[in-house]
Amino acid sequence: MSKYLIDKFLFTVDRDPDLVERYREDPRGTVTWWEAERANSILNCHSGEASTWLKFEDDEREALAAHDYVKLFELGAHPFLTLTLFIAMFERDYDEPLGFQLAYAARLAHFDLPYPDIAT
Amino acid sequence: MATLAAVIASTHHPFYYKASTAPPEERPPFADEWVAKIMAFRETLTRARPDVLVMVGSDHFHQLWLDNMPQFLIGKAPFYDAGYYNEEREFGLPRMLLRGQEDLSAHMLRGGIDGGFDLAFSNELRIDHSITCPIITLRPEADLPIVPVYTNIFAPPLPQPKRFVQLGRMIRELVESWPSDLRVAVVGTGHLSLELGGPRQFGPHGPDPEFDRKAVEWIASGDIEASLAEVTLDSLWTPGNATHGFMDFMLMMGVAGEGAKADHVDTLDLFHTMEAYFTWYPAGAPE
Repeated sequence: MSKYLIDKFLFTVDRDPDLVERYREDPRGTVTWWEAERANSILNCHSGEASTWLKFEDDEREALAAHDYVKLFELGAHPFLTLTLFIAMFERDYDEPLGFQLAYAARLAHFDLPYPDIAT
Repeated sequence: MATLAAVIASTHHPFYYKASTAPPEERPPFADEWVAKIMAFRETLTRARPDVLVMVGSDHFHQLWLDNMPQFLIGKAPFYDAGYYNEEREFGLPRMLLRGQEDLSAHMLRGGIDGGFDLAFSNELRIDHSITCPIITLRPEADLPIVPVYTNIFAPPLPQPKRFVQLGRMIRELVESWPSDLRVAVVGTGHLSLELGGPRQFGPHGPDPEFDRKAVEWIASGDIEASLAEVTLDSLWTPGNATHGFMDFMLMMGVAGEGAKADHVDTLDLFHTMEAYFTWYPAGAPE
């Protein structure tokens, strides 16, 4: 039900430079704040419109709070959204070009086809 | 009626801009070969003397999102801003302002809907790298008006591959029925085998060189039937989880026509993906 909300989190954070840094430095606090304050705003509305029912499942909330991109892949988060946001946060920590991307792939090496369904 | 001056299909590698503009000491070892191939490819469009570019690409969750996702969308605006913060961040891509060709947009929307495609439209589309990358490689002056056509190639459920081919055929009909004396080039970008955010990403080659070899042959020879016989929405996961972008190549094969052999074919085996470049001249090769 809430895979959509994982993707919405990744999507909205990735678009905002301040949120990217906030999520890097304080993942659990950012996830808690985002779910309480931002999750249910309906995109493209000027203001004041919100969903009353969307929320994370416990394992989804924990995966986001732990920066656990392996778990996010397993849960079916859209891989493009996960990759771009996590590159933004962690590529800087690697000396070699593509170092983070290659480490990312290695951590997912136990996955085989068919991959988890990414449809929302 | 308008002239279909060229049909051009390519990959849209966002690293090209940085690789080709970096100072010599920072250029990757493959940059010179890559630039040489792009210069030859660019000349195929220049020689066609286009007045207008119809540009087929895919929004990468920049403007189009899961709250309201169109399968096929045509932009209709006098201007298009292009570029996003996360494209500057990851690829160093420049911002652009591209002029629109609203008459052709209107003609394609009316004719496409009447012809059986329930096309979405946007009057304030902001363009991302699937269209800015071919501008950078093929028309860096960014001086021609465009009609953007966006397809959904990565937010399931996706349209079937045959639908992309059919839209390509429709785009050709619409361009050739446009009451204008202008020369139109249709430029589209897609992928060969590609993995993003998965265990096979960023290897020394594309994740499935065998698929790439077959795909290049299908495109170069215009073998739409063979590609449709082998490619399904399910099968496209096998060569890499982002390979559904190949359907934009299938769309461009539809524009070029069944059995139409490309006049220019080139490839470059880069890390993590195979670059590929194709040009057709439906009205005959330019002098």
